[in-house]
Amino acid sequence: MKNVKPASFFESSARVRVAKLVDAGSFKEFCPPQLRRTSPHLARLNAPVAFDDGVAVGSATLAGHKILIAAQEGKFNGGAVGEVHGAKLAGLLDRGVRELPRAVLLLIDSGGVRLHEANAGLIAISEVMRAVLRCQEAGVPVLALVGGACGAFGGMGIVTRLCNEIIMSEEGRLGLSGPEVIETVQGVEEFDSRDRPLVWRVTGGKVRRALGEATYLVDDDICSFRSVTAELLCRYQTKPLAPVDIDEISAEHARLTERTKRFATARDGREIFQASGFVDLDEVSLLPVAKFNQQLLESL
Amino acid sequence: MNQPSENPIIWDTQMRNCAGRLDRGAAFAHGREVSTDDITKLLEAVIEPGDRVCIEGNNQKQADFLSRSLLKTDPSRVRDLHLLQSVLALPEHLDIIERGQVSRIDFSFSGQQAGRLAALVEQGRITIGAIHTYLELFSRYFIDLTPKVALIAAQAADREGNLYTGPNTEDTPAIVEATAFKNGIVIAQVNEVVDKLPRVDIPADWVSYFVKAPTPHYIEPLFTRDPSHITEIQILMAMIAIKGLYAEYGITRLNHGIGFDTAAIELLLPTYAAELGLKGKICTHWALNPHPTLIPAIEAGFVQSVHSFGSEVGMERYISARPDIFFVGRDGTMRSNRAFSQAAGHYACDLFIGSTLQIDMEGNSSTATKGRIAGFGGAPNMGSDARGRRHASPAWLRAGREALRNGTMPRGRKLVAQIVETNREQMQPAFVERLDAWDLAESAGMELPPVMIYGDDITHIITEEGISNLLLCESAEEREQAIRGVAGYTAAGMARDRRMVENLRDRGIVRYPEDLGISKRHATRDLLAARNIKELVHASGGLYTPPRQFRNW
Amino acid sequence: MEQFTLSYKTSPRLQEGHPPQLCGVVASGNLEVLVEPLDSADLCLIEVNTSAPGFRLIWEAVLSDFVERNRVAGVRISINDAGATPAVVGLRLDQALDAYRSAV
Repeated sequence: MKNVKPASFFESSARVRVAKLVDAGSFKEFCPPQLRRTSPHLARLNAPVAFDDGVAVGSATLAGHKILIAAQEGKFNGGAVGEVHGAKLAGLLDRGVRELPRAVLLLIDSGGVRLHEANAGLIAISEVMRAVLRCQEAGVPVLALVGGACGAFGGMGIVTRLCNEIIMSEEGRLGLSGPEVIETVQGVEEFDSRDRPLVWRVTGGKVRRALGEATYLVDDDICSFRSVTAELLCRYQTKPLAPVDIDEISAEHARLTERTKRFATARDGREIFQASGFVDLDEVSLLPVAKFNQQLLESL
Repeated sequence: MNQPSENPIIWDTQMRNCAGRLDRGAAFAHGREVSTDDITKLLEAVIEPGDRVCIEGNNQKQADFLSRSLLKTDPSRVRDLHLLQSVLALPEHLDIIERGQVSRIDFSFSGQQAGRLAALVEQGRITIGAIHTYLELFSRYFIDLTPKVALIAAQAADREGNLYTGPNTEDTPAIVEATAFKNGIVIAQVNEVVDKLPRVDIPADWVSYFVKAPTPHYIEPLFTRDPSHITEIQILMAMIAIKGLYAEYGITRLNHGIGFDTAAIELLLPTYAAELGLKGKICTHWALNPHPTLIPAIEAGFVQSVHSFGSEVGMERYISARPDIFFVGRDGTMRSNRAFSQAAGHYACDLFIGSTLQIDMEGNSSTATKGRIAGFGGAPNMGSDARGRRHASPAWLRAGREALRNGTMPRGRKLVAQIVETNREQMQPAFVERLDAWDLAESAGMELPPVMIYGDDITHIITEEGISNLLLCESAEEREQAIRGVAGYTAAGMARDRRMVENLRDRGIVRYPEDLGISKRHATRDLLAARNIKELVHASGGLYTPPRQFRNW
Repeated sequence: MEQFTLSYKTSPRLQEGHPPQLCGVVASGNLEVLVEPLDSADLCLIEVNTSAPGFRLIWEAVLSDFVERNRVAGVRISINDAGATPAVVGLRLDQALDAYRSAV
């Protein structure tokens, strides 16, 4: 059918995201579904299990670069991290330390820890965090791709911020506590989780890009994620990830201080956009990604 | 013999009564304008015990401020009311019953209040006159249920009391016409009072009072369906509908019910239907609310005309920018009209297609479930053969030919299709041996089971299993098997006579996707012209402004 | 959860050498289907693990129609179901088998 649209990252399952992101047919899965490493905790709670425990991990090439890749399935328990799920992520990153691929790609689509297996899940996420840092220490950049319905929240929000690059679509969201959690704890006056434009103004891809947390904002199609990722892999090929030194840390601190000042009075995404140089604030949410990126660049 | 009588008949009692009410009301009004704070006193002054009171409210626009104000009236003065309503939509509509101010109610649909209404009926706290379809209820306003007081909603009034309803004109003209010309009192709540209206929808002469409501009247975005919730199964059913029904009969004039099943059809027009070469051949003229999911088909040039029952929140700018398609006034905003659009759907459309909850083995369909008195709305007006229709069209003639059994007089036939998944969520079967409507009728003391569309009006049933053409069935037994044949794995479906269904399939009465050349594997969300609300916004060139609950950006 | 295994004697045997295929996602109203090779050349083995107990008869009807429709032996099919309707189950099974057949 000629009218068929490009594959939406948001719409696609974790496996389709991987298949369409990497070079065709290059994905080799570790710990594949037929091994049936399902969650013992969910089984004990009489809850449905998934053969891959909600995450696919493996190796592949992308534009010829050797990579390791993980993709969380947001539709299975909200992409939440359980013991097996977390072990697969941490194991993949540890493999990165040994095999030194061009990069490790994390396609994050998760609300954080899986409540059904809270302690195991919490430990798993902390292991993932440490593994990210070990990878980076070994000179392997870790890239986060965020564009699924669950976004990147809770522990996986922290993991995302540890990554060297964060590629987001507008639909993607990034935060620590999710909107519903904030509303429950602080009240609806503080944050109305059903006010969807507000949710996206505070956690969505555009505001995260304006704040500089997302390093790239792309359209919601897998091709766009792929081309930016390919570009980054080339860049890391030419200029490998160097160990972090004191100058770099100081520079980052200075940047954060500057950011704090710049957005000191902002109470809402609108004010972030305003401070980022956008004039028509009602239009920002509908601006095509290319235009948004261009206007942001011009204001910097 | 013309002796002057001692007691001459008085022919203008109603007029005098009306004048009396207006005299009493004058104390709380300046001309026609009533201040917000005085509205309760005004209602107490002009409403008399036993009055038939029509509160404007359908499945979209609500005279919510006037409803709330009615709740504040003194129950000893405002009592024994006979409520007339298109839709019992708001909690306030039932609160007034609970306060004991209402003795009888005639309506058409109750939606969200269906459960509470059933409880009140069961407790004997309210008598239901009848449950109508929209057109029936509007018709009775002009025969035996003429409102004495109409509480209506408009966008704006000028100082004189002329009203501008804006795109959501909906029921207002029908209600006001019946009330104003039979010596009734018309009270309008308006969102704003202005010096000059964009256009006059209701002339001041027909309006007794207007009041500025503290908040704009509520409008339910009832016809917005987020494409992101459309499933592969619904897409498969939409493919079957387009290829097995729309293309087959060349249906150009139609109405779609509300729901994801028909939204899927709308979103497949610019993709799947276009691929089949159907642009210009199907779906050109509509009786339909401005469904956001129709935007891609409009933009693709599929659609030539749309007349609407009401408007839809967020579609206003888009409609104004497409006056060739919609009915737009010289002021640039749409005028809808529920009564006219219902009549148009009945007489001038060749197809009605909608979803339902239950279908029995005679093809009767119902949305009634025990413990809920939901009513009918407009579906039966559109979903029934228009036996008074006389003009011909190819689709109507073909259906008529297929239906002809006895006699020789050729005539046409309206196509009425039900589109349902065989099982809903939680494995609730859509096909049943006995409708829940029977139980509801019994428990609520109704004279008839509330059937939405009668079996003999239904011509086609579409499920994910396939499509049955009931027009071609030669006997009641064949009809039953044709229904079971698409009823899938419901108990009713599994009870089919497999040999008979195969025979019906050979004769093209039951057709499965493979018989239509449809591959189930192609039923993917990639076929949708828009997969989410944002893509609808982009398709509209940024003119569609969806309500915030539908956004994810 | 309710678990059961159904075994259908059927033919012909599907050509060997296809890698396992997973189709679908375990989400409310949905299911995942894993298709793998099976040593028994004349069997189609189907394992069901469903969150909606009490529908075994319907599963049997859906699965036997699937086997009838596709006539494929030498495969093991494993299902994790979170309350999918028969329509979704049938569609997903067909998709999974298609994917398995065309995978090399």
